[in-house]
Amino acid sequence: MALLELRGVSKRFGGLQALARVNVDLEDGMIASLIGPNGAGKTTLFNTLTGLYRPDEGEIRFQNRSLIGLKPDQITGAGISRTFQNIRLFSHMTVLDNVLVGMHSRLNTKLWQILLSTQGYQEREKEARKRALELIELAGLSGRENEWAHQLSYGEQRRLEIARALAAAPKLLLLDEPSAGMNTSEAQSLMTLFKELIGRYVQAILLIEHNMRVVMGISDRVHVLDYGEKIAEGHPDEVRQDPRVIEAYLGQGAWTEHAKG
Amino acid sequence: MTRSLAPIGLLAYISGSCLLAILYPQSVLAFLLFEASLLLLYYIPAHAKVKSALAALVLVLLMPLLGAINGYYLEVAIQIGIYAALALGLNIVVGFVGLLNLGFVAFYAIGAYLWAIFGSPQANEFIAGGGFPLAPYWFFIFLLLSIGVGALTGVVLGLPVLRLRGDYLAVVTLGFAEVVRALVNNLDKPINLTNGPRGISPIVKPPLFFRPVLEFFGLQVTDAKLYPLYFYFLVLLVVFVIILVTRRLESSRIGRAWKAIREDEIAAAAMGVSVVRMKLLGFAVGASFASAVGVLFAAKQVFIAMVILGGMGSIPGAILGATGVTILNLQLLKGLSLWLNGLRQSGAVLSLPLLGSYSLSQLPVQFEPAKYERMVFGLILILMMIFRPQGVLPPRREQRK
Repeated sequence: MALLELRGVSKRFGGLQALARVNVDLEDGMIASLIGPNGAGKTTLFNTLTGLYRPDEGEIRFQNRSLIGLKPDQITGAGISRTFQNIRLFSHMTVLDNVLVGMHSRLNTKLWQILLSTQGYQEREKEARKRALELIELAGLSGRENEWAHQLSYGEQRRLEIARALAAAPKLLLLDEPSAGMNTSEAQSLMTLFKELIGRYVQAILLIEHNMRVVMGISDRVHVLDYGEKIAEGHPDEVRQDPRVIEAYLGQGAWTEHAKG
Repeated sequence: MTRSLAPIGLLAYISGSCLLAILYPQSVLAFLLFEASLLLLYYIPAHAKVKSALAALVLVLLMPLLGAINGYYLEVAIQIGIYAALALGLNIVVGFVGLLNLGFVAFYAIGAYLWAIFGSPQANEFIAGGGFPLAPYWFFIFLLLSIGVGALTGVVLGLPVLRLRGDYLAVVTLGFAEVVRALVNNLDKPINLTNGPRGISPIVKPPLFFRPVLEFFGLQVTDAKLYPLYFYFLVLLVVFVIILVTRRLESSRIGRAWKAIREDEIAAAAMGVSVVRMKLLGFAVGASFASAVGVLFAAKQVFIAMVILGGMGSIPGAILGATGVTILNLQLLKGLSLWLNGLRQSGAVLSLPLLGSYSLSQLPVQFEPAKYERMVFGLILILMMIFRPQGVLPPRREQRK
């Protein structure tokens, strides 16, 4: 049974059809990539999935439960969390607090427990800190937990965003261009990290990525969007050969050149 | 080394400045030096327990002692405490949640009128039976009640403005404050609820329940002497509770969610924070603080400045701002006015080269610095925004081991 099912999801902004009847299926244990030229609707798909936008039509089901109409925080509570293309950390909070915010929906302490600082509350808080430090270590940021988030380098901020998303204990992790701005070896270690995550921290990962080395090296399945429509889907090797995909990326006529050459 | 020496040095400073204030009970400077010891306490490297012991010494023992010698000092301290409590409440809404609420005074007024109406004969105007004013012990019940009433009005006023941010929120909340002011001023008809601009008096004071204990120890103190001390300790207690609540909330999931909303609302929602609920909670907590303080006192309201002065999102900052504003208001400007008056009355003649001589008795009355209170505040705020927008004591990163 699919973990996530998108059926005919459409989203329109005025005259722009950002998503047109998109279908996506995501199985347990799978890493899937979403690729396509700039403006193809990839991030719009993420925003629709996480409740920032409400789709005009179509159905989104997660673990057989409809997500349509749920607010972003309810969707996080249901088990989907994400990172952002343009990093959106809480800059004037520490690295540790950033990760702890991610645990918000998992820490169900009540106001009176906090005000009375009950035993149970203190224990849960201590446990949360311990887990947050583990995630910070996983992201390779050990020893940096008391720094402000904005003091981290670009690559570190990207990894902190992943740690923060993992803190929500998601079943499905959505990553929006996680390797953007990273060099080859950084991207390589990120790929290793993603493979480690599957099964141990999350059940499936869906990522938007422009770095084809990452996409081809890690994906079990690739979905290609162009002008809001899904034009191809399949194993990375199949997608790579698909004439429609090559056309979308390189323009009309490119495939014939490619075939000749 | 410094860790063990610093507290001893500070202790010497505290006793020295306290002695100075006792020897010169009229000196503003001596009192300022004494008050500065709390600021030094914040900066010195010392164990948290040592710091709290020194703070307790200053606040619980020496301050009332000085107050017994010069009642005016106690008046200043009470005023500082009220402003500090208000600033701490505002700090939750503005500093933590990041919502610029300029209507915060409204909650203070609501708290103040809550007790003023029922703790005076005023309530007889609309509740038959002549059962008012309520007995003094009701004061404490109303103090607790005001927390709930404040929180409720906070939510009621918060609900319609949740979608607004920044400047828009500031304008609408400023409107709320005006609405409450207009209501208070005009609700003397058709039913006389607030007695309009004439105000309400006399209002019942809290009960002197500890009087038998004092008499047991053979202490005979007049009410006039006892009430300032009593109010001082009440304010101290309220400020202490507010600081405790603020600190606990700040380090909990609620405080983290507030700050996350302030930093990035969309990212906060994506991390599972229910933005609407957390904003309302922030409004409610801040309003309940203000309302509780309102029950304690109905005084002048110039405290927006404090959170900006001290540093947004910082507890010591909010308190420092409140202290600064009060001292400036009650001591420095008044002191300057007195000094100028003295000059005028002395009739001294100032002879300036080129400009000729000028008799100080001709100094216009309009020069009195106390009249420029608002202008001085304005100048300070502008200078702060230009040179230190993060405030005097911005929030520090917590060092955890």
